Amino acid sequence: MIRRELVFEIGRTLIAIMLALLLGFIIILLVSEEPLEAFQHFVLGPLTTTRRIGNWIEATIPLVLTGLAVSIAFQAGQFNIGAEGQLFFGAVTATIVGISFPLPMYVHVLVALLGAMLGGALVGAISGLMKARWGASELVSSLMLNYVFYRFGLYLINHHFRDPNAGAMVSYRLPETVWLQWIWPPTRVHWGLWVAIVAIIFSYLFIYRTRWGYALRMTGLNKDFAAYAGISVTAVVIYSQVISGAIAGLAGAADVLGLYRRFQWQMLPGYGFDGIIIATLARNHPLGVPIAALFLAYIRSGASIMSRMTDVSSEMVAIIQGIMILLVTAQAFLSKWHHRAVVKEAKRHGLNA
Amino acid sequence: METLLEMKAITKVYPNGVMANDRVDFRVNKGEIHALVGENGAGKTTLMKVLFGLEVPDGGEVYYKGKPLQVTSPLQAIRNGIGMVHQHFMLAPSLTVTENLVLGVEPRKGLAFDWDQAVQTVTDLSKRYNLPVDPLAKIEDIPIGMRQKVEILKALLRGAELLVLDEPTAVLTPQETEELFTALVGLKEQGHTMIFISHKLNEVKQITDRITVMRGGRIVGVRDTAEVSEADISRLMVGRDVILKIDKPPAKPQKRILEVQNLSYFTPEGKALLQDVSFSVRAGEIVGIAGVEGNGQRELVEILTGLRRPHGGLISVDGYQMSGSTPRQMRDLGVAHIPEDRMLHGVANEASIEENLIADRVQMPEYTRKVFLKTEAIASNAQTLVTEFNVRTRSPKTPIKMLSGGNIQKVVVAREFSSNPRLVIANQPTRGVDVGAIEFIHKKLVEICRAGAAVLLISADLNEVMSVSDRLLVIYGGQIVAAFPEANEVSEEELGLYMLGIQTQGDTQLKEALA
Repeated sequence: MIRRELVFEIGRTLIAIMLALLLGFIIILLVSEEPLEAFQHFVLGPLTTTRRIGNWIEATIPLVLTGLAVSIAFQAGQFNIGAEGQLFFGAVTATIVGISFPLPMYVHVLVALLGAMLGGALVGAISGLMKARWGASELVSSLMLNYVFYRFGLYLINHHFRDPNAGAMVSYRLPETVWLQWIWPPTRVHWGLWVAIVAIIFSYLFIYRTRWGYALRMTGLNKDFAAYAGISVTAVVIYSQVISGAIAGLAGAADVLGLYRRFQWQMLPGYGFDGIIIATLARNHPLGVPIAALFLAYIRSGASIMSRMTDVSSEMVAIIQGIMILLVTAQAFLSKWHHRAVVKEAKRHGLNA
Repeated sequence: METLLEMKAITKVYPNGVMANDRVDFRVNKGEIHALVGENGAGKTTLMKVLFGLEVPDGGEVYYKGKPLQVTSPLQAIRNGIGMVHQHFMLAPSLTVTENLVLGVEPRKGLAFDWDQAVQTVTDLSKRYNLPVDPLAKIEDIPIGMRQKVEILKALLRGAELLVLDEPTAVLTPQETEELFTALVGLKEQGHTMIFISHKLNEVKQITDRITVMRGGRIVGVRDTAEVSEADISRLMVGRDVILKIDKPPAKPQKRILEVQNLSYFTPEGKALLQDVSFSVRAGEIVGIAGVEGNGQRELVEILTGLRRPHGGLISVDGYQMSGSTPRQMRDLGVAHIPEDRMLHGVANEASIEENLIADRVQMPEYTRKVFLKTEAIASNAQTLVTEFNVRTRSPKTPIKMLSGGNIQKVVVAREFSSNPRLVIANQPTRGVDVGAIEFIHKKLVEICRAGAAVLLISADLNEVMSVSDRLLVIYGGQIVAAFPEANEVSEEELGLYMLGIQTQGDTQLKEALA
């Protein structure tokens, strides 16, 4: 019975993806002069060269981290649309640690990652505390804090850590001691991959194998029940946001320490909102997150290649994303078909299973 | 006898795979009161929802007045003359009786609402069917019994010939029940047909003409009421003999476990929901609190279990001052709580049975190491409890949402009783569960009490509160208005008078009984 539900959910997600892709292709057919070539670049493009495979993996790393961050908050029944601000601020704190606290190799990276987690956790904690103490909706507060910490982070970088000799608004270059080293030349795939894998394992174990994770899930499923059973819902609200923020912070650090080696964002990168898409596709399960992140990074990467090589623009992919999310979140999608299967099984097993 | 309604081979499967109706054939004659009885999860409500257009069946046909009937919405059912009185009233509390009744079928004067005509219609209707209501009163100001009459009138005003009454007496006092029955008989004499859904077999016996019994989604018997006894019906329902009487060794009260002194609680507007409530419960005794719902029971229980803070008064458990404690602190002191609403407080519906059974104890060294949970211990805890409490499921890993109401309640009871409590607070512990589960839960309550726990039983079901309790208190308007040292020496009628606030015991008498 439980297994059948799982199979159904996976099947439903796959069908939603197929339909979305199909629609994408129809649109390409309509708008493009060279549809077949466009298809080919979109579907196979990311796998054609080592560098492109590298790009795909690089793009996956921060998406895995924000996907996990949002999943943890969602499992606690909390929203976190503040992953954006959390990762931005995490990137800022990692940069500050990188520039201001010279430390030996390895130690420096670890301290910078820790700094990023603290930065993200701080932002998450504000939402959590405001919810727990004053009942302020974390939906609103985390969204608003995105802009607060975006501006605050920019202020810190542009006024205190800006490299005046660089041609753009960027920070000083980070010392090599704080880099996440590249592990697969000639691509820029970096140690952040290990960070992401550790975060997946941590999230899974935390949510399903510890009592705090248990309390978090019960609170998410029914907070009145959790309170009744003696679980401190207030504590769960706060620590779920803190952990979520910490993991989001790592996402920012991964890009800065692993790819750019200096802080160069002047806009919010958007990974936080991508995290919501990934968490939704993964049904908030930490082991589903890497699959969803790989998938999203793949179609993005494919779309970008397609737009470079052909006359179809990469915004195509936003349409596909949108349709996918709509179908996945629509409870009724394929429910008739599911219901028929249930009826059949119930008849086979007799009554009142 | 002319057949009014015939449902043929109705089959309904819910998305969770439960086959709620399995080729059900159900027939109702014109002008009869027809009882539909069965345990929880037997499929009565589902069958009625199909009739009323609230559920689409997966198979079967409905014939009404000899013609095939396709109902896909309640509106259509009403147009065909089928009315339903729900267990939970569907009324707008801030509107008047008249406004509630004519909602959607308002008489008009030109474009305007004709208020006088509406009041007149309601008054006439109320007279014609002998269901007295005050047309000008607001719903929120009138008693439950009258609200129910408004519900019935609402259906009649829309031309209902067939009335479905879903557990109409569950919320009524004995006096109100009698009144309702008189009105129902009156309706029958005027040619109306009624389907009466109930768990209370004595009422079924008293008021109905024929009985259809359901079990496990099927019809297991159709009988003339006059030809069967209550025991016969319950045997059909459960599939075995049920002991309706509770076997209870005499109480041996020991030291006071729960002491409540001058407890008060107010709404934000300053209305007192609990006023100077004082009583105590000793180890080894069951103290029952009887009362019509909404007289402060919920607030009292939530305060005693730490879910709500009182505004005045003292609570002590086993000698410890506990006023304003958290649920965690109460549980650590050995207070178990069977909540009134099991779906709201008692379980996490999406979580497994196993996960629900450790909610209160997950932090204990038996179930967790410093960081990681002990999964084997958690699984064996579930396995033991599922067996001991006879929870019917294929596996303890099954989500709660796959279980029937009675089995969900058994999960709640299993968790609360296995925490080795010294005080059990049971609020409506058998609400909406079947006869078999009721018997089981009552037995367990007595067992745990005689083993040395103090039990506080809050129930709106008079039968339950009188037969299970040793001592009995009555709550009305947030105050304890009567106390009886021997629960089985009180009559239902006498209790009813106190529950309705018609009578109160004097201070001296109360003090004596509570001492």
